[in-house]
Amino acid sequence: MAVFPHSGQPSAGQAIRDLAAASTSSFTEHLAQSRPELLPFGQNLPAGVVPPTPHATTIVAMTFAGGVLMAGDRRATMGTMIASRHIEKVFPADQYSVLGIAGTAGLAIDITKLFQVELEHYEKIEGTILSLEGKANRLGAMVRGNLPMALQGLAVVPLFAGFDTVSSVGRLFSYDVTGGRYEELEHHSVGSGSVFARGAMKKLWRPGLTEDGAIRVAVESLFDAADDDSATGGPDIVRELWPIIYTVTRGGARKVPHATLSAVVEAVVSERTELGREA
Amino acid sequence: MTQQFYVSPEQVMKDRADFARKGIARGRSVVVISSAEGISLVAENPSPSLHKIGEIYDKIGFAAVGKYNEFESLRQAGVRYADVRGYSYDRQDVTARGLASVYAQSLGAVFTAEQKPFEVELAVAEVAAHQDEDHLYRLTFDGSIADETGFIAMGGQVESVYAAVAEAWRTELSLAESIKLAVHALAAGSSASQAAEPEAEQSGPELSPDTLEIAVLDRHSETNRGSVRAFRRLGREEIAALLA
Repeated sequence: MAVFPHSGQPSAGQAIRDLAAASTSSFTEHLAQSRPELLPFGQNLPAGVVPPTPHATTIVAMTFAGGVLMAGDRRATMGTMIASRHIEKVFPADQYSVLGIAGTAGLAIDITKLFQVELEHYEKIEGTILSLEGKANRLGAMVRGNLPMALQGLAVVPLFAGFDTVSSVGRLFSYDVTGGRYEELEHHSVGSGSVFARGAMKKLWRPGLTEDGAIRVAVESLFDAADDDSATGGPDIVRELWPIIYTVTRGGARKVPHATLSAVVEAVVSERTELGREA
Repeated sequence: MTQQFYVSPEQVMKDRADFARKGIARGRSVVVISSAEGISLVAENPSPSLHKIGEIYDKIGFAAVGKYNEFESLRQAGVRYADVRGYSYDRQDVTARGLASVYAQSLGAVFTAEQKPFEVELAVAEVAAHQDEDHLYRLTFDGSIADETGFIAMGGQVESVYAAVAEAWRTELSLAESIKLAVHALAAGSSASQAAEPEAEQSGPELSPDTLEIAVLDRHSETNRGSVRAFRRLGREEIAALLA
């Protein structure tokens, strides 16, 4: 602490303010104070055109009886090229929440990692988990932190879903690039294929869906998004790559196993083959 | 100008060490004990919210005795150190050895340079896939660090607690057996503190689950619970069931 001649002791109010500022429960704030270069955002980008970077696309999420579901396709694109067929865009944030990311893949994955550490850090420092609203607000602050990068073309748009242990329901939150947070009802989708996925969900989603029913709706809506959006990957039957799907219920977040998904994808593909419709 | 009295460095260090030891001896004890299924951290602690035991990282737990505000600030600093390290390198690059040496440096610096040393004693425990690869570090107020095998006892009445654990500790102990042994040893320590009263001579009253704080670092948390975080705090009912 700097000591100024003739200023005497710092006042009690000042001491308490210093103490409160130093003892943050937020990992992001701690990094911003001690190691700002480790934050994914807040870099000063030089003027010029941003080179092409991999982009992650469609994420869908919906509520069902007793929880929420989130699913993402496996394709990352760089311009008109496919950058990856294996990318994962849906991640568990903590025990009771998941997030999916659309936008610049490199930044989005870093922000996801930072958000996971943020929630775990709070839990360890405070000895209790953050409320679902609290988690949603923290994620909004991180998206806002990325605004300067977004304005230069490196946007990250997450979708957040979790189980609210207080009111015992699954809830969904979407964000814009300024960090604006919007609670969504029933279902939502982000990314370039989201318009098609949303159309599918409007027709297929029903109140009181079961978990299995919701998995089926997610696969169908991602199938429809992949049908019409070149940046969204459909089920890859050659490589057996299916969407990544997480469900969150009172029991916690769970990744839907490959075997369950195989059966659902097979059923959807054979049904659509049988129908033989063109559009 | 007033004349400064000369005090030898030996005397200064001895006074500080005595002061810190006195502060620690007033507190209740903590036992960290290794077993086949993991490492248990067992403390006598009547408060349900002011913890003496905490999670630092995936495989690393923390236990402390002494002044609450001092060890709590050290615990939080440890969590920050571990989270920054895990975030900037990788989760597997966070080790108890690294954390313990950071603690040793800060305790040593405070002991020599500050007005008053920390009145704390810390244990840093890291659970591994095999029991012989577990790490148990004990850190004292002056920054000395000891790499212990099997178990750590610290706090007030440490001699009687240590003796009680050392007598019965074996590598093959199950989790429940090791926790029972630790609780029994803490009870022996409590009764030793009341040794002035003659009737407390025989083995002291066992501690009730209400006055115990217990957490476990599960050796196989990935397979048993599907979580890389091995730390698990036991609830009151679970403690009662284990001790029954």
